[in-house]
Amino acid sequence: MEVLAQAITSFIATSAFGILFNAPNETLVKCGLIGMGGWLIYFLLNGYLNDAVTATLAATVFIAVLSHELAKRFKTPVIIYSVAGIIPLVPGGLAYETMRNFVENEYNTALGSAAKVLMLAGSIAFGLVLSEVINQVIRKVAKRKAGQ
Amino acid sequence: MLAGKIILQSGGETYRVEDTMMRMAAAFGIEHSHSYVTPTGIIFSAEGEEPTKTKLIRISARSTDLEKVALVNSISRKISSGEIGLSEAKRQLKQLEDMDLTFPLMMQVAAASLASGCFMIMFKGVWADFIPAMISGGAGYMSFIYFHRFVPIKFFSEFLAAFVIGLVSLFFVKTGLGQQLDKIIIGSVMPLVPGLLLTNAIRDLMAGHLVSGLSKGAEAFLTAFAIGAGIAVILNFV
Repeated sequence: MEVLAQAITSFIATSAFGILFNAPNETLVKCGLIGMGGWLIYFLLNGYLNDAVTATLAATVFIAVLSHELAKRFKTPVIIYSVAGIIPLVPGGLAYETMRNFVENEYNTALGSAAKVLMLAGSIAFGLVLSEVINQVIRKVAKRKAGQ
Repeated sequence: MLAGKIILQSGGETYRVEDTMMRMAAAFGIEHSHSYVTPTGIIFSAEGEEPTKTKLIRISARSTDLEKVALVNSISRKISSGEIGLSEAKRQLKQLEDMDLTFPLMMQVAAASLASGCFMIMFKGVWADFIPAMISGGAGYMSFIYFHRFVPIKFFSEFLAAFVIGLVSLFFVKTGLGQQLDKIIIGSVMPLVPGLLLTNAIRDLMAGHLVSGLSKGAEAFLTAFAIGAGIAVILNFV
């Protein structure tokens, strides 16, 4: 039940972000689906492993690889799909927590959560890079096959 | 050149700008062309039989408009495949530059508030806070747009928008309409978060565009800081 609620809300949220970024109308649903897939991976992995960094990494790789495929198929720029999908993974909640702790003079707790935010942002970055590499490998393999 | 300018102003990645311009130049018979793109300007030079021509364009305002990026992309594809000629392409790009493709303001605000409400649930908030999060998220986004028209300093309007969000959320919690102040604020702040900048910055850095990657990263950081500061002011009163 909770998973279903998460799926629906993440779908709506990412498509709404598509509107904010002014993505072309016909891509809005695909944006939503990518966002939903990414968020579900994050949500389930996070619940299962209790490790947000791994979950974020897996979800980012999923989103980025899928966006590349969609972009190729529909001949549209990649960012249309990847941006909206990645938004839910941005550690907004933790960043907020950090800010709040700083304001309340709880510097020790704040530094801890700041480090966590950095780790999460880093894992998003690394996920994007990893998917780029995966994508290039796929392209090379496909080329080699075509060449044979 | 015009194509590059539109892509850059609409929030495309640096490598896409360079790639598109060089492809177009190649399609029009210019074999050697060089482009240097940063978030605030484009330098493009075309080598040919005649003396090398170089042009510089200064980009002052940037926004997010993925539809324009997609449209320029399709025009450049048509040029590369030889479907349309130089003058036709120029006409289409000019037309595209003047077009305003954004969704109507109310639609954007509605989308922002819907996203806020949904994010609040995704961050394990309670359903009772759905409406308060929607309202404060919508109010925040609307005030961002209006402040931005009033004072064209992006960071300042983001600060004010975050301040408004904090104020509205605090009001809801104090009157008993909302329950978890933290969750409501997190949800409503999400539409302002610089997600596009962040991903573009990373992609640029990976593609070797160090200058644009770093400056986009700095912009993202400043935006995040502005939002945080706006919320922090409110939290000081709690």
